[in-house]
Amino acid sequence: MKYEAVIGLEIHSELKTNTKIFCGCATTFGAEQNTHVCPVCLGLPGVLPVVNRRVVEFAIKAGIALNCTINKFSKFDRKNYYYPDLPKNFQTSQYDLPIAEHGYVDIETEQGKKRIRITRIHMEEDAGKLVHSGTTIKDSAASNVDYNRTGVPLIEIVSEPDMSTPQEARAYMEKIKSILEYIDVSNCRMEEGNLRADLNISLRPAGTKELGTKAEMKNINSFKAVEDALTYEIERQEEILEDGGHIVQETRTWDPNRGVTLSMRTKETAQDYRYMPEPDLVPIITTDEEIEAYRKGLPELPDARQARLEEKFGLSSYDAGIITSSRDMAEYFDAVVAEGADPKLAANWMMGDLSKNLNSEGKEIKDSPVDAKRLGKMIQLIEKGTISSKIGKEVFKTMWESPDDPEKIIKDKGLVQITDTKEIEAIVDSVIAANPKPVADYKSGNKKAIGALVGQIMKQTRGKANPQLVNQLLAQKLDQ
Amino acid sequence: MVSIVAKVSKEDLEMVAVLSRLEVPEQDKEKHLRQLDSFLQYVDNLSKVDTDQVEPLAHVLPIHNVFREDEVRPSLDRELALSNAPLKEDGYFKVPKILED
Repeated sequence: MKYEAVIGLEIHSELKTNTKIFCGCATTFGAEQNTHVCPVCLGLPGVLPVVNRRVVEFAIKAGIALNCTINKFSKFDRKNYYYPDLPKNFQTSQYDLPIAEHGYVDIETEQGKKRIRITRIHMEEDAGKLVHSGTTIKDSAASNVDYNRTGVPLIEIVSEPDMSTPQEARAYMEKIKSILEYIDVSNCRMEEGNLRADLNISLRPAGTKELGTKAEMKNINSFKAVEDALTYEIERQEEILEDGGHIVQETRTWDPNRGVTLSMRTKETAQDYRYMPEPDLVPIITTDEEIEAYRKGLPELPDARQARLEEKFGLSSYDAGIITSSRDMAEYFDAVVAEGADPKLAANWMMGDLSKNLNSEGKEIKDSPVDAKRLGKMIQLIEKGTISSKIGKEVFKTMWESPDDPEKIIKDKGLVQITDTKEIEAIVDSVIAANPKPVADYKSGNKKAIGALVGQIMKQTRGKANPQLVNQLLAQKLDQ
Repeated sequence: MVSIVAKVSKEDLEMVAVLSRLEVPEQDKEKHLRQLDSFLQYVDNLSKVDTDQVEPLAHVLPIHNVFREDEVRPSLDRELALSNAPLKEDGYFKVPKILED
């Protein structure tokens, strides 16, 4: 039987605030264990949490950017469960009145654009970090707890089960990351756990409507792991169903080293969160005017920006999609174009030499040694014919290693393109005289033989001769 | 209004005990069942009130939007933070084994 996968994601994103959601402890990553804790986030008796204004602001911005309806009346609830990463024995979260609901994002798939619906976005506090004494959680006799992360503000973005392949799940998560970065509410540093996903996946016979039993994999924090874990789960579930077995509804953990998912059984036999309204926090009321003001304050989002690059500059949808996938890249592009460079050439250089160099050195575009200004200038020099594209590569390489302007590099290295017809003519003549065989081949009808002559001329001029002129002069002389 | 309270079963009691991390001795279960039942019947008096036209209450006080600014305040000294912990190690709170094999 052929099966299709039904995939939904719950993405947790850490918000970019200075302090925790309900207290003034710092959220800085990497502090020594239990140094960012206070009576509120440790859940000591008698303390009162107070909501960080910026958390609400960021959550509303995320809601608007993800096309959600903002709930004008929203409240916090307690989600009860016993696990030592939560000192209060409940997590302060949102249940029936989350800050935002009913949104969507569009992703690119092989079959074209696909809309993934977002069920809801709610605010909540992160939990602490457990350090296990054994090699795995299972063989540890005890665990150590660091509560620095407890109370760090999160938004949880819950999707509808609208994805059907691991690739779509990845594209969805990439889109969410890109949007959160654009609106500057999260650092989205996946290696620090700023952005992580719980994956829900079930299979059903292709073409049927009824949902199968799902498995859940928690805290996946890389795009590759999202794809790999889902690919593995699809195979695992397919095999069980093929053999006439049943999927057990459970939480599984992804082991990236072995490339498998493993069942996680906890002591808790029945999960029942017994949500109740949080009596220590008062409701949040947001007016239409406030929502409108947030909407107006948002920057141009990836989809709109991509459409602008396609329409205004004639970039292909693929190029525009890549350039706008990160805000830093999109801004770099705009800066190169603002410098006066041709947009298509700017896109080519960014996706070519610039990306290649960044990737090979593991650098982000905002740390690029070649800034938008210098790249813009260099592209203009190519457009003006001062240098050829080929020489441009050499100039780019030099700019990567030195702070010099492209004009200076070209001058210092004598890279200016030879456009003087007389000068080129002299070289053409000497090359024709020195290479009788290709000349004879060309004259006897093998037009391709001209390539060898062009090569010789470029070699003699160290690539500086204007290629159009060379071709033109050669053809003229040979066809005489 | 109709009473929503069904009789509390022994399974309900055991479930609640598990969720609350309580161990209830077998000989006491009958007593706790009776008590739970009478609590619930008492609370069930509220079901007699007609609330069809009443908005659900999110908070007992008529206030909303109490916020703090996103400004860092000093955290506790670590020794003080750990001072009530029954078990600690290297600046961590130490807890017993969590998952079963």
